[in-house]
Amino acid sequence: MLYTPTFSPPLLHIPEGFLHPVVSITGWVIAVACIGLALIKTRGQLGDKQIPLMGVLAAFIFAAQALNFPVAGGTSGHLLGATLAAIIIGPWATVLIMASVIGLQAVLFQDGGLLPLGFNIVNMGILGAFTGHLTYQLIRRVMGQGRASLVVAGGVGAWISVMLGAIATAVQLAVSGTSALNLALPAMAGVHALIGIGEALITVGALVFIRTTRPDLIQNAQAAPGTRSAGWVGIGLAITLALTLISPLANPNPDGLERVAEDQGFLNAAQGPSYTILPDYTVPFIQDSNLTTIVAVAFGTLVVFGIAYAIGRISRRGMTA
Amino acid sequence: MHIHFTDPYRSGASLIHRLDPRTKMLCTLAFILATSLMPAGEWLHYALLLCVPLFVSGLAGLGLRYVLKRSFVALPFALAAITLPFTVPGPTLVTLPIFGGIALSAEGTVRFLSVVLKSWISVQMAILLVATTSFPDLLWALRALRVPRVLVSIVGLMYRYIFVLADEAMRLTRARAARSGERAGSQSGGSIIWRGKVAGGMVGNLALRSFERSERIYDAMVARGYAGESRHFAPPRLSPNDVTALASLFAFLVLMLATGLLLGR
Repeated sequence: MLYTPTFSPPLLHIPEGFLHPVVSITGWVIAVACIGLALIKTRGQLGDKQIPLMGVLAAFIFAAQALNFPVAGGTSGHLLGATLAAIIIGPWATVLIMASVIGLQAVLFQDGGLLPLGFNIVNMGILGAFTGHLTYQLIRRVMGQGRASLVVAGGVGAWISVMLGAIATAVQLAVSGTSALNLALPAMAGVHALIGIGEALITVGALVFIRTTRPDLIQNAQAAPGTRSAGWVGIGLAITLALTLISPLANPNPDGLERVAEDQGFLNAAQGPSYTILPDYTVPFIQDSNLTTIVAVAFGTLVVFGIAYAIGRISRRGMTA
Repeated sequence: MHIHFTDPYRSGASLIHRLDPRTKMLCTLAFILATSLMPAGEWLHYALLLCVPLFVSGLAGLGLRYVLKRSFVALPFALAAITLPFTVPGPTLVTLPIFGGIALSAEGTVRFLSVVLKSWISVQMAILLVATTSFPDLLWALRALRVPRVLVSIVGLMYRYIFVLADEAMRLTRARAARSGERAGSQSGGSIIWRGKVAGGMVGNLALRSFERSERIYDAMVARGYAGESRHFAPPRLSPNDVTALASLFAFLVLMLATGLLLGR
């Protein structure tokens, strides 16, 4: 039997050359900051066990990505694993595990490039770990501790994490000028809405299995953010949704900043010496009002998630102290 | 049983194999960064850059086919950039005779070809790095280049146990195959949801086995004197060969970038 190590959705591993260098560096900064924090957090939780546990679980995710099931037409459903890992062992440990897996895939198998590796880790690992985990926690709080709540929470969390990864990838490609957002975003979102169902099925199957055989593992992970943080996440999501609906209305001029730049005459000036470092194809970022909206929403969502998470942590610390 | 896990390292004693891992890693990263900074449509520069991986693979004695065969790995992703010729505004190159005529813009086509070419050239260099450097050496280079010790140790341990856990995954797959009867001509295997649930159960099973194995590994490590720190050798000085390789590649890349960015337009 042949074992090919590249089973995860290929369209999420951005290869070399498809991201603008400035975008790549942004991704690296975000990834390095998150990995640094994750190293400190897991060290505090796990102590000496940090290296063996993280290492073996990273190998687990790598191997689990090869476990698939046949769907129609020669395609198969398979796992990215960030949400499953985050539910069992928490989001910070998952950041380390996914970073190791995605890094190894990039270095050894050129499955994703080295410069885009930062954003590949963010898209498939960090975003997946936190959004999947928070969605799971939120639904568990609302629906209680039963089996049905586990199925819904795990499934929705897994699906959302894949979708967000795909949307983030499409946005990064568009900002880099490699792909047109109005075509790439619906395509990526559409394909990954289906891929996400495979992810959700496997995640739920795994959670139900673990609940039957080792219920303590599912219970322990419940110790993460408390009721209050779940509430904050709900409020945050509502605000984000409202902003999404309002933002196109708030922008009366469809040409946006591009038009302003032209009127003010500094568009030509801006094409002077700086265009070698930031070539003119980063302009779509400003030109396309849809893109501006979506970028704003994406970053808004991230910021809201971050704030909600932080508030949840602080309020929990306040309660236990 | 051993899985068909394809470690890309090809052992050898060539000049490239004997370079310091740090040198190879820095050269690869610098080459990839310089390639990605090259503006679109600089065909001559792309050709010159392509000479570097060709030259290095010649020196390393890998043969042209080894690198070329693997260099197409990123090609399916070109799909993501295929929209460029249609969406970038500019003078029309050709009009496709489908859907009543779709215009391909010249600028968009140039940009699309540039992205795909640059990606293809960069990937070859990354393949050369892992083909001529063993994994422990790569880890050592990461450590020498100040990547946190804990992260390097995690990746190292992961690499060691991928073989074990992938074997475990293969056993699960074989067990499923052995219990899945199929009769020619009739529907088999249950609904997609049921199949997904079975695959999920296998993943859950693998997760529990991994947890238990990590406990055993930790116990074994403690038994051998592990106290939360893994140890690495201190990096030695770079040899004259390394200095020559670094200096000549960096000089070449600076020249490429200078002519590509400043004189190109």
